[in-house]
Amino acid sequence: MVALLTLALLASGCGRSDEGGGGGGGGGGSDPGITDKEIKLGGSYPFSGPASAYRAIADGAKAQFDFVNSKGGVDGRKISFQTLDDAYEPPKAVANARRLVEQEQVFALFNTLGTPNNLAIWDYLNQQKVPQAFVATGASSWGADVASHPYTTGWQPNYVTEAKIYADYLKKNKENAKVAVLYQNDGFGKDLLGGFEGAIEGSGVQVVAKESYEVTDPTITSQIRKLAGSGADTFLNITTPKFSALAIATIAKSDWKPLHILNNVGASKTLVLKPVGFENAKGIISTTYFKDPDSPEWADDEAMKEYKDNVKKFEPRANPSDSFTAYGWTAAATMVKALDDMKEPTRDALMDSIRSMDTEIPMLLPGINVKMDGESDGYPIEAMQIMEFDGENWKLQGDVIEAAAQDE
Amino acid sequence: MSAKRLRPAAWGVVVLLAVLLPFFFNAYRVGQFTQAAALAIAVLGLNLLVGYSGQISLGHGAFFALGAYASAISITDLGVPYLLTLPIAGAVCALAGFLLGLPALRLRGLYLALVTLGVAIATPQIIKRADGLTGGTQGMSLDKITAPAWSGLADDQWLYFVTLAVAALMFVVAGFLVRGRVGRALVAIRDNEIAARTMGVDLARFKIGVFAVSAMYAGVGGALFTISIGFLAPESFPLALSFAFLAAIVVGGLATIGGALFGALFIEFVPVYAADVDEALAGVIYGGVLILFMYLLPGGVMGLVRRISSTKATPRGTDDAQAGAGHRLGGGAADAGAARERVRAQ
Amino acid sequence: MDRFIQVLVDGWATGSLYGALAVAVVLIYRATGIVNFAQGELAMFSTFIAWGLMQAGLPLGLAVLATLALSFVGGMLIERVIIRPVEGGEVLTLVIVTLGLYILVNSLAGWIWGFGNRAFPSLFGDGSFDVAGAAVPYESIGIVVVLIALVAILFAVFQRTKVGLAMRAVAMNPESSRLHGISVGRTLMIGWGVASLVGALAGVLIAPRLFLDVNFMGAVLIYSFAAATLGGFDSPLGALIGGWIVGIAEGLAGTYVDFIGSDLKILVPLTVILVVLLIRPTGLFGSAEVARA
Repeated sequence: MVALLTLALLASGCGRSDEGGGGGGGGGGSDPGITDKEIKLGGSYPFSGPASAYRAIADGAKAQFDFVNSKGGVDGRKISFQTLDDAYEPPKAVANARRLVEQEQVFALFNTLGTPNNLAIWDYLNQQKVPQAFVATGASSWGADVASHPYTTGWQPNYVTEAKIYADYLKKNKENAKVAVLYQNDGFGKDLLGGFEGAIEGSGVQVVAKESYEVTDPTITSQIRKLAGSGADTFLNITTPKFSALAIATIAKSDWKPLHILNNVGASKTLVLKPVGFENAKGIISTTYFKDPDSPEWADDEAMKEYKDNVKKFEPRANPSDSFTAYGWTAAATMVKALDDMKEPTRDALMDSIRSMDTEIPMLLPGINVKMDGESDGYPIEAMQIMEFDGENWKLQGDVIEAAAQDE
Repeated sequence: MSAKRLRPAAWGVVVLLAVLLPFFFNAYRVGQFTQAAALAIAVLGLNLLVGYSGQISLGHGAFFALGAYASAISITDLGVPYLLTLPIAGAVCALAGFLLGLPALRLRGLYLALVTLGVAIATPQIIKRADGLTGGTQGMSLDKITAPAWSGLADDQWLYFVTLAVAALMFVVAGFLVRGRVGRALVAIRDNEIAARTMGVDLARFKIGVFAVSAMYAGVGGALFTISIGFLAPESFPLALSFAFLAAIVVGGLATIGGALFGALFIEFVPVYAADVDEALAGVIYGGVLILFMYLLPGGVMGLVRRISSTKATPRGTDDAQAGAGHRLGGGAADAGAARERVRAQ
Repeated sequence: MDRFIQVLVDGWATGSLYGALAVAVVLIYRATGIVNFAQGELAMFSTFIAWGLMQAGLPLGLAVLATLALSFVGGMLIERVIIRPVEGGEVLTLVIVTLGLYILVNSLAGWIWGFGNRAFPSLFGDGSFDVAGAAVPYESIGIVVVLIALVAILFAVFQRTKVGLAMRAVAMNPESSRLHGISVGRTLMIGWGVASLVGALAGVLIAPRLFLDVNFMGAVLIYSFAAATLGGFDSPLGALIGGWIVGIAEGLAGTYVDFIGSDLKILVPLTVILVVLLIRPTGLFGSAEVARA
């Protein structure tokens, strides 16, 4: 009986096929995951665990791909987007990447979420020569050294670019600002904080206090009290949505009334400002680069209508007003464009297409383009626009501001 | 077949399957089995502590992380060959386990659970604070392990066999440990401390000792796990990991050696399959399966194995350690439960 | 000085939140002798029900009362359907069932209500008043008054009623309780019901401060374990006081001890607990365990 069991178990294994895995790639013919009829993409997201609010990004991306497929796909190829759960844990992201490459045989990874998770898989994917396109994190690492990781690109404006825009804003509008910073104690928070500190060097703007928090902290009251006690007149809020809301609420209840700069990640009207109460968010400054699905400013915009209609149609459970959904939709639109411009059905051709992009994406703000240039510019979007919350809506201010992460 | 003959036969099948396995699955699957083998070492360590000695730890994820970092830092900064980092990881964790074992002498049950939980909570923050050594929030990347040419194996198969060999060694050592004098002393402490002391068991020595050994197992498991993943960051060691270890020892069977294997396979594979069934309801399925598992096999996989083998042959005496594997996560009430369990076993 | 008092007030307010859930944790422990990992998630689920009822048009007070009633029934159902089949076995088996319940409930809530953040109105309004230069929110006073009343009621129930006596007996020794004619099953069901009700109350008290989302109880649960442990694990009053000590210790450490910093401030309450436990191994208010050889 034991022998039978053994046989049965082994027979159920799918047989070892070393060939055709992730490796290879390169010249001629077509690579795994792409046929005349289909392009297989994969992504790893936190569908469970404390970061699960980001799952909306995957919903938005799926809606975009389904929408493109309903119009016939890209060059007749239908896109299938397989997403796996990593609970925001790097080891699970590694396992997912291996599965997508070796077992599911995807053509490319698209938009995997989280700085540590993408750091965990980028060596592997580059060794396998599998594209790791448009990752959903703004770490400045993704474009800093194209030669060492040619198959990896970011998408959203990186945190250093964003930090520079805040620094510029202060230099122009509040040249002797004393800034208190609250930041998340991880790669995201430190990247943005570091970029900001670098950008204000030599100016009248100075950081007078900084406090960190952990994503596992229940409250951030003591951090805010400490920052308020520092005598700062400006508050730089480098937080993810839950903590952005906590920070705004705590400040609203105190008598500290600084100029409040809220980073883009936390500037969601639906997830952050509505729960806190719009009246408490009046006057907050932030930045953006794509059209806000929750703002009447874009209600009649063609791209916005297309987005909302199709999210309702293809991902009825997703919330189209959630800016993360719009993020996923817009990033996926960029991917569709890159696939469309690909000269041949290979992974290298996809990377060539991405690295030579210079294109408008309808859901991005007017004047903000996706632009890359081989090894000399590894950052797709490097412009943002300042916005201010007027008590009801985000209002765009001034012009689009370009700020390269790396100086020429 | 008598139970005495069944046990080696069963282990023979397990070993045979384990050796053949990497030739039938693709690299991703082999990687999963490699990780399960590494997890199994850590789970076994926790089972030594909880199942055999009746102490509790909600902080084994911290030892797992410590072993992982000890190994990664030795490889990256000191250039130690990766296999030699395993004893380093084990030694560092044994020391840490020894230190955590000291308060464990005075604390029990829930109070010990909380202290160990605190260690697990603080671990990611301490890793971030020591960023000069650990790479902080940027994490550390390890070079891919390549198979030596003479082996004729693919890289993933080689790593699998290395992990399997270490795991096998650790399992055999643990087996000897619990079946010998040490095991009897631990079980005596677990079942009745006062009686054990009366019989001349040195409580302090055994209780601290088992903490150190248990932490060493977790550390070696963590090192192997990380070598197979190739990357580690503070986010790699969430609190959920410590809870998963706890679930694994119960799923496998408390106070058993073989149970660790099944427990590790469970926590490695079931969440993945649950998400494959339905992404949106993955947690509902995984949680449901875990609950259902406890209904059907309250004694874990090894409990079932025992039930089957004992209906065929000698009803008891195969492993007296299992009877009343009470532990003290519940102070007085747990003791009552344990007492009940003992009554039933007689 | 103002700042010092403010830190104390903040710590006390935050600690009350930990204490609220800790009381529920202690109740399950007293009733059934286990630690319920799913306690926080069940409270989260209850709070979402209250939120849903308000969306359906019920006023806050009524929605909360209805939720408390539903949670009581729900807790009894969970005991009957999910816990009962493993009751009387290994304590750890039971604990793992609650761990499974944690994962299940969290995922189910996300599936039903989504993962977004939302506001939950306070039962006590938004304002605050001034004490020695520190702002004390009405809400915190309200929470503490409710909790103290709750602890008093629980004390009365446990010490003065038959049901309370039965609960204590069952938790201590189910076997002899049964021999004394106590219906163990019914008593356990009531214990879970009451604990779920208290958890739901904790949820609606905490949610206005931390916002409502499926993960809002995760971090609180850990702190409430700490509070319950410090208090001695079988004393509701101890749990509340434990919560205050944890909250205040954490606030003071984060504010005044610079080398510790915000990232490691969690270590301070944990160290306090360790020291307390080394001196009193059963916590501040815990009853000593009598070992029977």
